[in-house]
Amino acid sequence: MSEKQSKFHGGVLIFFFAVGIIVSLWVVIRNGWWLPELASEHGAVIDRIFITILVISGILFILSEFALSFFVFKYAGSSERKAFYLPGNTRKEILWSIIPGTLVVVILEVSAEFLGGASLWGKLHGEVPKDAFLVEITGEQFAWNLRYPGPDGKFGKTDPKLISPDNPLGIDISDENAKDDIVFPAGQGIMYLPLNKPVVMLIRSKDVLHSPFLPNFRIKQDAVPGMTTRAWFVPKKAGEYELACAELCGLGHYRMKLPVIVAPEEEVKEWLSQQTPAVDLYY
Amino acid sequence: MKKLISFGLAILFTTFSFSQNATVKGVVKFVGEAPKPRLISMKADRQCDAIHGGKSVTAEDVVVNPNGTLKWVFVYVKEGVKGKYNPPSEPVVIDQQGCWYQPHVFGIMVGQKLEIRNSDPLLHNIHATPKKNKPFNIGQPVKGMKSYHTFDTPEIMVPFKCDVHPWMSAYAGVLDHPFFSVSNDKGEFEIKNLPPGTYTIEAWHEKFGTLTQTVTVKPGETKQIEFTFERKK
Repeated sequence: MSEKQSKFHGGVLIFFFAVGIIVSLWVVIRNGWWLPELASEHGAVIDRIFITILVISGILFILSEFALSFFVFKYAGSSERKAFYLPGNTRKEILWSIIPGTLVVVILEVSAEFLGGASLWGKLHGEVPKDAFLVEITGEQFAWNLRYPGPDGKFGKTDPKLISPDNPLGIDISDENAKDDIVFPAGQGIMYLPLNKPVVMLIRSKDVLHSPFLPNFRIKQDAVPGMTTRAWFVPKKAGEYELACAELCGLGHYRMKLPVIVAPEEEVKEWLSQQTPAVDLYY
Repeated sequence: MKKLISFGLAILFTTFSFSQNATVKGVVKFVGEAPKPRLISMKADRQCDAIHGGKSVTAEDVVVNPNGTLKWVFVYVKEGVKGKYNPPSEPVVIDQQGCWYQPHVFGIMVGQKLEIRNSDPLLHNIHATPKKNKPFNIGQPVKGMKSYHTFDTPEIMVPFKCDVHPWMSAYAGVLDHPFFSVSNDKGEFEIKNLPPGTYTIEAWHEKFGTLTQTVTVKPGETKQIEFTFERKK
């Protein structure tokens, strides 16, 4: 390779680095901040952690990437210099392992202790509030089934053996708790949630891994076949949102969305009372 | 002259035979507490939701009429039909309008054309899942599109669904004779032009299953029958 070519390649690296940064900044300035509107109580903590990590890693990225392209340009192949063998240097290697390692620990500690990450984790994965609003969401290729417990606040039994096109969740209607359950077969339901009240999602799957993702509420939890996973949050803003599947589950993954409406509790109760209980669907 | 006589005889014969044919009519009753109608929200598809002004639509799987009768029951002659019947040339129409099938239940003859219309300005696909006939799945992305299909074998019933809009559902009863009817807003059905004889008549409902009864009709008779579906507890 000629000297000219080497210099050119070094220049190209700097050029694309600079263009990349300018384009990214331009996209953000033009379209605004890319996080969707925040609508849950705990979401502020998550946003704070996200932004802190973005700033720290962003500064590190710019410094390291600039250093890399600068050195590639400055020390491009030259006829005046000869390549030489660089033997290992244990002290330096230890140093450049410890520095990034420490940085990772610092970021972790900062987000966990000072930004409230650790206590939020404990809260979300600890005990759920007792008076919470319950909704069960069951993924299947490629839509969501929904179930509300009805006025008794208890979900009825289900049995995989009872699953049929008419009874997609396998509700055991002989169970008293099941009679008032409100069931929406795949793709036919709305997630209607009360404002300012804890909402517990019980998450299940009929086939493969899915993951209900509520971007506005900063909630994402995998749906695992054979398990009931759980996530809870407090909606803080009324409005219409969307739930998406965040786990690639097959060809129809992109259309696994579900309308989510947050409204005052009385409105949600009113809407639920208009729906058909399971006893009028499975007989 | 010979031709004329035979023509006249043919006309006479036809009118005679028609006047001699019987009619079976009646109502499909419903006993027990009517299930609460299921509301369907189309919020999952903004265009469909807009067509209905954001309002919910009532599902048609169980429609109990105000007079205590059951709508959308397919009533047909199951056994006893002799002879061959040619399908009429006019097609049976199923329309997709407002992200909904119209009608919800219908009968069609083997070999008769089924005209599938899309009256919505959005994509529908009509996906038939029969067991005896060949399944088919036709995409209709454009408003005003028409597609055609014919069935080869009698089948009770052929379900239709739209994979884009999971709440859409329709059923077709495919028969090799024209003796079928679907109960209406008053639960009434009527099977006309039935030659005298003894028949097994079946009433089919998507949720409540089937009921059968045997009737014998004399020439020119109009026989009243009744089916009563009951909600199983």
